Amino acid sequence: MPDLSPAVLAPQLFTGLVLGGIFVLLATGLSLIFGLMTVVNFAHGSLYMLGAYFGFFLLGLTGSFWAALALAPLLVGVVGLVVERFMVRRLYGRSIDDPLLLTFGLSLVLVELARLVWGKMGLTLDPPPALAGAVDLGFMVFPAYRLFVIGVTAAVLTGLWLFLERTNVGLVIRAGSRDPLMVRALGIDVSRVWLLVFGIGSALAGLAGILAGPMRGVYAEMGVTIIIESFVVVVVGGMGSLLGAVVAGVLIGEVVSLTTFFAPKLAEIAVFVVMALVLLVRPSGLFGEAGLLE
Amino acid sequence: MRRLAALAAGHPVLAFAAFFAVFPFLVPYKALATQVLIYGLFALGFNLLYGYTGLLSFGHAAYYGLGAYGTGIALARLHVGSVWGGLAAGLGLAVLGGAVIGFFCLRRRGIYFAMLTLAFAQLLYFVGFHLTEWTGGDDGLRGIPALPLALPGVEVPIDTPLAFYYFTLALVVLAVAGLRRILESPFGTVLGAIRENTDRAVACGYHVDRVKHLSFVFSALFSGLAGSLDALRLTVVPIDSLHWTTSGQVVIMTLLGGAGTFLGPFVGAAAFLVLEDRLSVFTESWQLVVGAVFMAFVLFLPRGIWGTLLARLPLAPAPPRPAA
Amino acid sequence: MTALSRREFLRLSGAAPAVVALRPGPAFAQGGDTIKIGFPIPLTGPYGAEAADQQAGATLAVEEVNARGGLLGRKVELLVRDDQLKPGVGAQRTKELIENEKVHFVIGGLSAAVQMAINEQTKKAKIIYVSISQSNEITARPDWSPYTFHEAINPYMTSQVVGGWAVRNLGKKMYVLYADYAFGHQLRDGFKVAAEKGGGAVVGADPHPLGATDYSALFPRVQAARPDVLVLANFGKDQLNSVKQAANFGLKAQMKVVCPVFLGTIRREGGPDVFEGVYGGTTFYWELASTIPSAKRFVEAFQKKNGRPPFDYAGYAYSGTRLLLEAVERAKSLEADKVIRALEGHTYDHYKGKQWIRKCDHQSFQDVYIVRSRKPQQGEWGLFEIVARTEASESLERTCKELGHA
Repeated sequence: MPDLSPAVLAPQLFTGLVLGGIFVLLATGLSLIFGLMTVVNFAHGSLYMLGAYFGFFLLGLTGSFWAALALAPLLVGVVGLVVERFMVRRLYGRSIDDPLLLTFGLSLVLVELARLVWGKMGLTLDPPPALAGAVDLGFMVFPAYRLFVIGVTAAVLTGLWLFLERTNVGLVIRAGSRDPLMVRALGIDVSRVWLLVFGIGSALAGLAGILAGPMRGVYAEMGVTIIIESFVVVVVGGMGSLLGAVVAGVLIGEVVSLTTFFAPKLAEIAVFVVMALVLLVRPSGLFGEAGLLE
Repeated sequence: MRRLAALAAGHPVLAFAAFFAVFPFLVPYKALATQVLIYGLFALGFNLLYGYTGLLSFGHAAYYGLGAYGTGIALARLHVGSVWGGLAAGLGLAVLGGAVIGFFCLRRRGIYFAMLTLAFAQLLYFVGFHLTEWTGGDDGLRGIPALPLALPGVEVPIDTPLAFYYFTLALVVLAVAGLRRILESPFGTVLGAIRENTDRAVACGYHVDRVKHLSFVFSALFSGLAGSLDALRLTVVPIDSLHWTTSGQVVIMTLLGGAGTFLGPFVGAAAFLVLEDRLSVFTESWQLVVGAVFMAFVLFLPRGIWGTLLARLPLAPAPPRPAA
Repeated sequence: MTALSRREFLRLSGAAPAVVALRPGPAFAQGGDTIKIGFPIPLTGPYGAEAADQQAGATLAVEEVNARGGLLGRKVELLVRDDQLKPGVGAQRTKELIENEKVHFVIGGLSAAVQMAINEQTKKAKIIYVSISQSNEITARPDWSPYTFHEAINPYMTSQVVGGWAVRNLGKKMYVLYADYAFGHQLRDGFKVAAEKGGGAVVGADPHPLGATDYSALFPRVQAARPDVLVLANFGKDQLNSVKQAANFGLKAQMKVVCPVFLGTIRREGGPDVFEGVYGGTTFYWELASTIPSAKRFVEAFQKKNGRPPFDYAGYAYSGTRLLLEAVERAKSLEADKVIRALEGHTYDHYKGKQWIRKCDHQSFQDVYIVRSRKPQQGEWGLFEIVARTEASESLERTCKELGHA
């Protein structure tokens, strides 16, 4: 029987929170893009990977982790804008599988480009010296960088929430992800909104990538597995629900962290078991609207 | 020429058999031709569910893998000693898996259905990974013997590349003909009705749930046969047969060829595999080219390769698009 | 005969680059008359760096042979294929090599599962396969066949050497974190055997999922057991991430960390800080060049061509390729049976001292080294410090009988 004292359990819960934070950032973007445009963005994992590589590149260029952290997501956001404007946009109105195939092809291209540009060997992205050590929180000692990841995720999500709740554009986005047909029917020129959302979603993926880099290393295939886990988070939370993406991201992060501790063999499958159970009990995910996107 | 094409369009199964009879001599080597047939069959199974019934499964590796492991375990672990016995075990397992998993997944629709199928497939991957005694775990199942094929009164060796190809072709033609029968039967008509508008099909009094379930099981059967054949072909069953990347591959092949077209899955499998095979010989960065080709196809040939060809050549009514 | 041909070979190959540069090379028979070697490796996927090393090593061996006039008057050709680290793809590529390219031999594979899938094809085609990466099963029945050779060591030998050394020099109490698949299981079991033989014990062993990105969940239990040594029985990226996170969580201050298969590529990726004080096992490290003549020759030739020193997987590929080509030379034939006879029991020194092929299982026995990560690192490539050498010995491997060879 493993030790269940708070000193042992607390780091597990915080680790789950860190992992969950990365999931939330990815799932929010995926959910927005899917909810609004019914685009299953298979290249989302590659954008995450690009965020980490751009971070490495900018760190070398500017010598400052903070500058890299601020600029890398923006650069990935620009990549997202280009992808939407010149590729995905041509596919609106077609069936759901066209964007899927397109972004699948794009993900292959991006992974291969990263290998050509940055080499086959993975890279190391160092956190800034200020965040290098561990912090004694009284009840546990936890790496400072991971606490920082939790903080950044929370801050960015708050900002995103304010943007969606308090601005007119945010209103259209929310409406669109609830009922895209209705928004179109209301005669709103949605093409700019779509462009913006694709850019925001991509930037969030890029942010997740540069945040994950110092913990997991930077390599071309880093986005391949996490894309599936992020889809799981989106579905568990309920398509198009941002609150759902947040809750499900943290939930899945905790599930992975705790099963790794208590039943390491089950860690790989726990995510899928949770999803199957949620879907069989609550058909539209935890916070999804019944009947939406079926 | 045009009459020949029209003939082919009118008798797709015959055209299929005729084309694939000479196919091994059109590609660089026989094992590639066999791989195209097997993956084409796998995609055909997937297409029955997606292209014809409108259900996007993201877990078809499950049935392909069950077919492969069923055959592999029967031959390598249980020493069944007959190709037919091995095939039967693979098909049985795949059909059973399809029936059970279909039962649960079909309670949901759309993207939720897709994710449930993925979850069940990953569950099987996990079981296969850890049930080492039966499956060989991550090392894969090895030791599948290359047995001769027992036909009435005669044993035919199928261990040469060409012999195995024609053995595969015989079974695949049967499957293609079977699919044709299914689609032309009243059952096939109901599938179309479900794809176009499920609610209306319900309102018309069809047993939609039962029809969907049956379609799911047939789809698993075809995919399982593909897995069985691949186990016989490679004499190993790798654990990644059950992995989601295998499911992803069959989705991509089907879309590339043209979902909802009768022969599109074979065209997609051929395009995908031949492209990958030849490109990877010339450049390490073959994924760059493959990825770019996919993107070009989507942007410029929206119905997939075969679907676009059918639409351009006014031979048969253009295939309907599957519902989003 | 062997020693003579080796000296001859060294002399000739030393002059080779100049010869190639000056004239188009010896007149080879044309076209289909080349001797073809199929070489499936995971060029794409997360082990691309190791595969590049494998390719460079094998290419060097082939070029050396061609520079001195080829083999049996024929040019040798290396046909590299991408197995994508997937067994199914590895099997398909091997089929293509055998059927389409009509290769005479196959060398390659990195993942144990891919090795096994390649082996199934070569076995049926009765083509010699030289495996150049770790696997316990490939030399054991029923996977082994008379056509199967293994130039690399395996998880069993790795754990005997590294575990035996660690229990004698780092401490008696070991904790093993292992990747939850065959490679990790085999290392875990091997370390238990080695620890007990050395009077120590494995006080705890926990699995982690293959390809896990987060290891922090496992550390509290390790800390609670207070071991002297933490063994990270995993490979590649898993190794890098687990070492990195063990450092972050302060484990390195409390215990010694050991990586059974310590890859130069991974150490380079992680940097000297992350790996400070970490010990590990390896079959080759380029600084052996300062003490071993054959290593000096290999490292210099490799460096000249690639602009960097070779790592252990380049060594396996180089040696495995030479092993096969020189056996063809001794057998004066491409017939598998004759080449097998020339390989069995053969003793050689290609790049790091004496090695030999055991007759019963075709395993290559060789020296294994314990290294420690250097900090500060010396120049770009001075990653390790050699701490100990374990001399090649059949006593470090299971017996022929244990492997199922009568």
